[in-house]
Amino acid sequence: MKRDLVTAGIGIIVLTLLCGVVYPLLITGVSQVAFPGNADGQQIFVHGKLVGSKIIGQNFADQTYRHGKPVLTSAGAPVTVPDPRYFQTRPSGTAPSDNAAATAFANYGPNSTITLKALQSNIAAYIALNGRYYPGGLTAAKIPVDAADTSASGIDPQISVANADIQAYRIAAVRRLPLATVHRLISDYTSGRGLGFSGEPGVDVLECNLALDRLTGRR
Amino acid sequence: MTFLGWLTIVGFAAILTLLALPLGAYMAAVYARERSFMDPVMRLPERFLYRVMRVDPDHGQDWKAYAKSLIIFSLAGWLLLYFFLRTQMLWNWTGLNPMGFHSAPWNVTFNTVSSFITNTNWQYYGGETTLSYFSQMAGLTVQNYLSAAVGISVAIALIRGIIGRSGKSIGNFWQDLIRTILWVELPLSIILAVVLVSQGALQNFSHYLSFTGITHLANQIAMGPVASQEAIKLIGTNGGGFFNTNSAHPFENPTGLTNFVEMLAVLSIPAALVFTYGKMSGNRRQGYAIYSTMMVMFLGAAIVAYIAEAHGSPAQHAAGLHTAVAAHSTGGNIEGKEQRFGIAGSALFDVVTTVTSCGAVNSTLESFTGIGGAVPFANLSASEVIFGGVGTGLYSILLYVLLAVFIGGLMVGRTPEYLGKKIEAREIKLVAIGLLITPLAALFCTALATASAAGRASIDTAVTGSGPQGFSETFYAYLSQANNNGSAFPGYTGFIQPNAGNLGSHGITFANLLGGFDMLFARYAPILFALAVAGSLAGKRVSPAGLGTMRTDNPTFVILLIGVIVLVGALTFFPALLLGPIVQGLTSHLYS
Repeated sequence: MKRDLVTAGIGIIVLTLLCGVVYPLLITGVSQVAFPGNADGQQIFVHGKLVGSKIIGQNFADQTYRHGKPVLTSAGAPVTVPDPRYFQTRPSGTAPSDNAAATAFANYGPNSTITLKALQSNIAAYIALNGRYYPGGLTAAKIPVDAADTSASGIDPQISVANADIQAYRIAAVRRLPLATVHRLISDYTSGRGLGFSGEPGVDVLECNLALDRLTGRR
Repeated sequence: MTFLGWLTIVGFAAILTLLALPLGAYMAAVYARERSFMDPVMRLPERFLYRVMRVDPDHGQDWKAYAKSLIIFSLAGWLLLYFFLRTQMLWNWTGLNPMGFHSAPWNVTFNTVSSFITNTNWQYYGGETTLSYFSQMAGLTVQNYLSAAVGISVAIALIRGIIGRSGKSIGNFWQDLIRTILWVELPLSIILAVVLVSQGALQNFSHYLSFTGITHLANQIAMGPVASQEAIKLIGTNGGGFFNTNSAHPFENPTGLTNFVEMLAVLSIPAALVFTYGKMSGNRRQGYAIYSTMMVMFLGAAIVAYIAEAHGSPAQHAAGLHTAVAAHSTGGNIEGKEQRFGIAGSALFDVVTTVTSCGAVNSTLESFTGIGGAVPFANLSASEVIFGGVGTGLYSILLYVLLAVFIGGLMVGRTPEYLGKKIEAREIKLVAIGLLITPLAALFCTALATASAAGRASIDTAVTGSGPQGFSETFYAYLSQANNNGSAFPGYTGFIQPNAGNLGSHGITFANLLGGFDMLFARYAPILFALAVAGSLAGKRVSPAGLGTMRTDNPTFVILLIGVIVLVGALTFFPALLLGPIVQGLTSHLYS
């Protein structure tokens, strides 16, 4: 008994040093030397200014102002409207949208009227944003599921190609670009499946939006 | 459903088997103290650890001594982790708390500590809003290693009991613990962590990034030593995410490829241990029989989950969405799933982590369809024997094997024998009680939680609504904690966090305590019974197989074993399952 206590007491300390200090430091050292870009989160800079991470979704929306002051929700979060000049990421369950410092699941159940209301509101927002640019107009049945359904992490950096293709009409019109140019850009920034079979292709939204700005400028 | 989706599932099973065969042989050599290629690297640290911990590795322990060492060691780990998490601010001098997080409340900490010590990794806290890097590393990562090593040790001890030829010894706990960490966990985790970083995972100690986005909105991105914890979280079937959204977070699981690799990592040791058993028992066919049993049930679960999720949910159909696979769109129930994993990658990940005790998630189970969500329920109802957690899976299915041998023996009217050892009243009593503890804990806690106002406080009605989903959340919470799984229908919570950062956060004491005791009881009681069975079998003489001996390595036995597992699980849980996931799967009704 006493011997076990001594062994357990010393053991927990030395094993904490091994598994909790030496091991993470070793991995950090190797990662920072071999893959510094990845280990630091694939940060993207424009003119020396940080604008995000390649693999973290953002809310590409504009702050709403009234009488020159930002409008806030009751919870204190800024009220925003999606910026029509940019590709929009998927609906997010975090507060505020796409909050990469406090990720959360939305937890919409499969048989819930609350889920239905959330879907209807996402669909309505998507149609309001894209409907008038899309030839023949948009209905719920034409909307790809990823544009209406909330992502898991709340910061999904990607959208489906079908979703991007619909948004392309709006972006081409607003930015006065040929549709083909926007399509080429989408295919340039589409990541394929892992080893050609695992997962699904997705369009990297931040990189697409930065490329758009390079083409036409921000305004 | 797509061809590539099915290919992912089938290819996964095939690659897993190819990986598990050599790993199983390697682990057999490690625990038999035979030569292996890691010896030159690990011999020195092994001797060093024996010396500072004052361990005599050659000293064999009977089951009681083994159990005593295990319990005392776990208790020491519990105390140290509780101390670390409650004194989070004291460790700011290390520079590993850049966001200045305070410690979590006592009730949440009790739950978290019990959770990580038992390999459950149930999380009533949000990683990036609650814990410092120090707590994640020196606290949680350590228990990711140790709790997994404890589980493997018990499995190895039970194997030694079953194959023991003489005496009472079932090995030395300290030796099993240290060899597991040095020879198995560390090398695999180091490889996996580096692979994950090479594919885009995060590994740093920086302050969270703050910046203004291109539309002039303020943004903040959480950082941290993610890959190192992610690796052992999967290798040790732990499952506690560095971030709140676990393996759905792009920094934990950046691509479709890492998703595949992570699934392999989760199942590698549980699958390999079955072959380890075959090799150590000197009868590889025993291992193949158990492996076939597990694989059949695993594939069944994966197929059902994939079909159900590809079909879409009633809420989607009511909203008028088309959920068939279309050009450039995944279709299906992508609610609560990430685009890069798609439907198959999410459904398979869900099955992989709920058949094992991993409980990591790359999509939210709460949003799975009724039938898709019934699959993790069913996996847990089988008491985690479909591969199962590292070690726990093997020792649990070996108990089931003994039960199946006993039932088979009754059918043919002979004294049941397993590998030449007579299974008698004492062993069957231990096996039966050992197998019933987990279901008992799960159902008792669920009943308590649904019947009390304090328990209902945890069902977040604002999001999920009442109806069967609320019951599913509660039932799953206690089923998952009893099975030491740790995945959740996250609408059920024990932690309220009003703002970002953990200042002002508070726990729901009822859910925290009930869950904590649920995990501790359902972890250590079955371990004691498994070790008692090992001790009881170790001393038995081996009688030669005769004509009437029931074979335990042929397809007939595999079918019998599946039958026993399904029967016990179904009889125990079917009434409760009907109330939650199944009723939702059978109807397209929407509940408000």
